Amino acid sequence: MEFAFIIEKFILIIVVFVITLVIAMYSTLAERKVAGFMQDRLGPDRAGIFGILQPLCDGGKFFFKEEIIPAGAHRPLFILGPTLAIITACIGSAVIPWGQALTIGDRVVELQVADVNVGILYIFGVVALGVYGIMLGGWASNNKFSLMGAVRAASQSISYELAMGLSIIALLMVTQSLSLKEIVAQQEGFVNWNIWAQPLGFLIFLICAFAETNRVPFDLPECETELVGGYHTEYSSMKLGLYMFSEYINMFVSSALMAAIYFGGYNFPFMYDLGLSANWITIIGVFVFFIKIIAFIFFFMWIRWTLPRFRYDQLMNLGWKMLIPLALANIALTGVFIILKDKFF
Amino acid sequence: METEVINSSANYLPILFQIIVAAGFGVTTIVVTHLIGPKVRTENKLSSFESGIEVVGNARQPFSIKYFMVAILFVIFDIEVIFMYPWAVNFREFGINGLIEMFVFMGLLLLGFIYIIKKKALNWDE
Repeated sequence: MEFAFIIEKFILIIVVFVITLVIAMYSTLAERKVAGFMQDRLGPDRAGIFGILQPLCDGGKFFFKEEIIPAGAHRPLFILGPTLAIITACIGSAVIPWGQALTIGDRVVELQVADVNVGILYIFGVVALGVYGIMLGGWASNNKFSLMGAVRAASQSISYELAMGLSIIALLMVTQSLSLKEIVAQQEGFVNWNIWAQPLGFLIFLICAFAETNRVPFDLPECETELVGGYHTEYSSMKLGLYMFSEYINMFVSSALMAAIYFGGYNFPFMYDLGLSANWITIIGVFVFFIKIIAFIFFFMWIRWTLPRFRYDQLMNLGWKMLIPLALANIALTGVFIILKDKFF
Repeated sequence: METEVINSSANYLPILFQIIVAAGFGVTTIVVTHLIGPKVRTENKLSSFESGIEVVGNARQPFSIKYFMVAILFVIFDIEVIFMYPWAVNFREFGINGLIEMFVFMGLLLLGFIYIIKKKALNWDE
């Protein structure tokens, strides 16, 4: 392990981290702008042109507000909750390949923080940890609304994790690898994208991604009309900010994951036919990847302002009685299809 | 598989770096807001918010068993799902025999699934 390697990784981690935070910050503005657009109004436009300074104002405000820890709360856990939520949100992006390798001088720099051969399992582990932040915060608040929100969040995310895991299994049968780097590298060009091989699997994964990130129509853990603020009712100042931030970062990471495993990641059509040098292909690839991610983030927002929220029993029925059998059927279909293809073609 | 991915613990080291960076960010922001925010405490402000009504009892009291039921069922099914990962990655090598064996496994899983639905373990509206 040489020193240059550690420096390189730290620079990459900081860059990815800053990009994640900026995208998360501007997602809050984008969400309000999209809401304004969908409801035929302007949205925030006072801070800077088109309101581009709005996220900075909001962030600053979070820092300078008073933090209140209710008298009945369990103080250590109350503070641990949002910290854990932001940490789990931020570490998920470690295994996502942002692009191919860049060659700087005679050094090959991989645009992926950690190339582990169980990349997908790592992401699942991190997603599963995400529920602790919410559960701890909701329980520690000692507020009935918070506890209800936390229990709902826990139940919902574990239910949808099952269908998510099953939908990924069908994908793994196609890719034969758990390493995200390999999965993306296989999807060269346009026809090799996994979405063409796994349309049903992608649909299941997409629905589960909405449920795991607690986005509308699955935002029952924090639905304002029933539970005030849900699990973060008692939170104020930056602790509330960290919860909101972690939600937007989760949305970014799951968009990146979907773009990477189903929509070819950094691959774009005719990437090797344009006669560009390897570094240029990498740079364009990174841009293409981010365009795909932003398209997914927009889709998340579009759905939010289009669909109403589910009722809790409808949500559970969808997760258990619809998605799990559907995902199992998808595995069986994929298996039969691959066997037939290997036998006869 | 012909392309052997060398898996040493060194591959996981950058993940540790990222955890350190993320934890540093989280802890710093919490400490900074704690230091620079105003601190005016009153009894009413510190009581938990229940829509302006006087707080009744403690929040940590028994709640619906259904949530626990879901948690227990999740553990069972999640382990079965995890069993399928190694099979899926090596699916092409196992070929048709592997597929038939997995159908048997999935059949058993489905039997259990039908059983819990028939037992109404997942019914929420009663």
